[in-house]
Amino acid sequence: MAYFKKLGKTARRNYLTYGLVILAFVILQVMMGSLSSSLKGMLVPICAYVVMAVSLNLTVGILGELSLGHAGFMSVGAFMGVVAAASLQEIIPFAPVRLAISMVVGAAFAAVAGFLIGIPVLRLKGDYLAIVTLAFGEIIKTIFTNLYVGLDGSGLHMSLLEDKTDLAEGGKLIIAGPMGMGGIQKISTFSAGFVLVMVTLLIVFNLVKSRDGRAIMAIRDNRIAAESIGINITKYKMIAFVTSAALAGAAGTLFAMNYSTIVATKFDFNTSILVLVFVVLGGLGNMLGSIIAAAVLTILPEALRQFADYRMLVYAIVLILVMLATNNPTLRAYLDRFKNKFRRRNSKKEAV
Amino acid sequence: MAKLVPIPSDSLIPERDINKAPILECINLGITFGGLKAVEDFNLTIGRTEIAGLIGPNGAGKTTVFNLLTKVYQPTKGTILLDGMDTHGMDTIKVNRAGIARTFQNIRLFQDLSVVDNVKTAMDNQMHYNMWEGIFRLPRYWREERTAHERALELLSLFHMEELAKVRAGSLPYGAQRRLEIVRALATNPSLLLLDEPAAGMNPSETAELMENIRKIRDTFQIAVMLIEHDMNLVMNICEGICVLNFGRVIAKGSPEDIQANPAVIEAYLGKKKEA
Amino acid sequence: MSFLNFLISGISLGSIYAIIALGYTMVYGIAKMLNFAHGDVIMVGAYICFFAVSSYGLPPVVGILGAVVVCTILGMAVERLAYKPLRQAPSLAVLITAIGVSYFLQNSALLLWSSNPKMFPAFFTLGNAEAGEEVTNSLRLFDGQLTISYVTIVTIITCLVIMIGLMAFISQTKMGKAMRACSEDKGAAQLMGINVDGTISMTFAIGSGLAAIAGVLLCSAYPTLVPTTGSMPGIKAFTAAVFGGIGSIPGAFLGGLLLGVIETFAKAYISMQLSDAIVFGVLIVVLLVKPAGLLGKQMREKV
Repeated sequence: MAYFKKLGKTARRNYLTYGLVILAFVILQVMMGSLSSSLKGMLVPICAYVVMAVSLNLTVGILGELSLGHAGFMSVGAFMGVVAAASLQEIIPFAPVRLAISMVVGAAFAAVAGFLIGIPVLRLKGDYLAIVTLAFGEIIKTIFTNLYVGLDGSGLHMSLLEDKTDLAEGGKLIIAGPMGMGGIQKISTFSAGFVLVMVTLLIVFNLVKSRDGRAIMAIRDNRIAAESIGINITKYKMIAFVTSAALAGAAGTLFAMNYSTIVATKFDFNTSILVLVFVVLGGLGNMLGSIIAAAVLTILPEALRQFADYRMLVYAIVLILVMLATNNPTLRAYLDRFKNKFRRRNSKKEAV
Repeated sequence: MAKLVPIPSDSLIPERDINKAPILECINLGITFGGLKAVEDFNLTIGRTEIAGLIGPNGAGKTTVFNLLTKVYQPTKGTILLDGMDTHGMDTIKVNRAGIARTFQNIRLFQDLSVVDNVKTAMDNQMHYNMWEGIFRLPRYWREERTAHERALELLSLFHMEELAKVRAGSLPYGAQRRLEIVRALATNPSLLLLDEPAAGMNPSETAELMENIRKIRDTFQIAVMLIEHDMNLVMNICEGICVLNFGRVIAKGSPEDIQANPAVIEAYLGKKKEA
Repeated sequence: MSFLNFLISGISLGSIYAIIALGYTMVYGIAKMLNFAHGDVIMVGAYICFFAVSSYGLPPVVGILGAVVVCTILGMAVERLAYKPLRQAPSLAVLITAIGVSYFLQNSALLLWSSNPKMFPAFFTLGNAEAGEEVTNSLRLFDGQLTISYVTIVTIITCLVIMIGLMAFISQTKMGKAMRACSEDKGAAQLMGINVDGTISMTFAIGSGLAAIAGVLLCSAYPTLVPTTGSMPGIKAFTAAVFGGIGSIPGAFLGGLLLGVIETFAKAYISMQLSDAIVFGVLIVVLLVKPAGLLGKQMREKV
């Protein structure tokens, strides 16, 4: 306990986050038998969205740049990951290892996409940057909707717009244009999702608490001052952006391998916005908040099932009201006062 | 192409620095903003351990000179030699790595970082571990982070700020924010420190402490300090050479005594005496 | 001739984008927020006009006017209820609220009007069927080699009129001056006695009224009306506004037109399916060359 107190505020918060994630995993594993099947089916998507939210928080909360195309990276990860898994099916029969390698492949491709889009993005500011990420997401969606990838004895075949893969006997079309990917081997598991969430947290927390993280936050707080102390703006922005993209790619692979079919339009602008909502509601730079928001808001539409047709309307109203409430000056002042009181009481206790 | 012009002989250098190469030479430095000559024919030489002052009425172009030296703006004319090296074509980042660090008139701290992290961020140029070593916490990460932390606390203690190390920079009182900005600039290991109105908004006792601190910085690190300041008491007390700007041009250079007696300076500050 | 045909339909599509983009850019310039619900106001306008004309048998002009009035009120109401309380809040909070409003409008439409597509009636025709005349919806030139539908002509003319009117309004009237003042500095404008809240409200009113017109024009050209009709044109128009330099009215006009033409040409000459990717690709390239858009001002931060 004494050791815990000696840690900085951030470190304490990070350990708390790891702890809560592990706790949630253990509780869900124990309760697995009594969970409804619809909730069980949501466990992997929740993990994927948690990773999405945490990685987007790296861009929006830590780097301080608005991205409206995060689903684009998820898409790259999903498609490339599935292609990798299909290609490795014979070579690596053990599913967890195949999934892990596919995730790495998905993350690597998403990182490359992140790097490419990072080049124009890094020159732009604010809303201009946001529109480029939006444009990127739409481009990715369009490309994957028109991409054909097939696998046969001689390897991978690719074509755009029309199926010209010309597969040999026994070959299989992995990505079929607008039909997306079908016949995916569902090898994603809740445990795999949990591991990915933990790895993501480790990467993000440790990155933030290193020279790179400090430099990234310095750029967010004051770019001109950061330049004046010799911080390489381009390099650190790129590190944040590419890391965020790579993690989203891994999340995409996890997500896709949970379904037997998946289409590119699943990862559209609305998905990017959905993840952004998680980040903003959870709090900028607050990873635990992102995790909770992602989990709760993924379950919420399901929980609102009793409202049937009204559920998305209720969701919209809840969203607006929460934003209004959390940004209301009177309410804010009240919450701050409450927080201070709480803190003072705690410090008094320590003094005694 | 900038023409090479002999170093103006009217620049004053402290005697102890005379036999060493000057840290900074500005030769015919100038910048034009859409036809407006914001700074013109700026010539100045600063000695290795000199404390120099840059003064002048509001809008004279003092901060613009700092912005030129740190390449926030690229000069349209002239040459800047930093320790004999031409900084032509360098950007802000390279100039900082070459040895110029600065503070800002309107404080620019990393608000949401802690005080000690503000200082550690400035030591980025002295750290060598890469992203992966950081993520996986390899030995070099621990070694360099520990060294940086110790050095940051040491620098903060110069200004008696080590107690505030964990406080969020944005929540510091005004005077402490100004001091932190100086510490942050020092952490980059500069050979020339530019202070833009370091005493602005300070009360007399804080200003007196600041004067002591500026001298202490120069003596401890053996570096040159150039400051813009409106507090004449501070300028006349600690600056060894003073340069006066008005409408973007140097109107006087010299020791504090010379400047105080210079009619052009008095006119620039107080206006022309009406002819009777 | 096909080139000319494509060019004209591109300009027509671009005109619709331009009208929507004008709303985006005005709101952005003055309230400094991305109003993501703007696209859905288009959809509401189209539905109002549809029901006025198809269900109540009102004349199209009344339908269009009704749509404009409803959308204007809707825009002002949304501003008053959802955005005004957030004037001091971080821009991301406002953005998320706008997204919430967008969801709200789309799902309200879904509940009220169902997801079944409505076929938007064709207003812009010549000839009276009852009098036995032939009803035409397009102008045929050069022995039918060049066909221009009346919707196209009306759209282009409407866009020009709106553009010129808006420019005159902004530069000549007192309200226009107040808008310019607010877009420069709200605090200073307030000190000069300008009613900032009223000005922002007026901006939303104008933007939403324009969106209603755009909705009617859009659905006249592409008659399938569903609750998500406004989303994609909304995003495209937002892109157009950024393309031209967000906050700039001529920029929105130029950006809208260019986007429409590029999209139509990409569809005609390169690939139907990849046209969106091409449009967005061109946008990225333009922003690389001109980071503030075609007519946007590059702001420099004072050090």
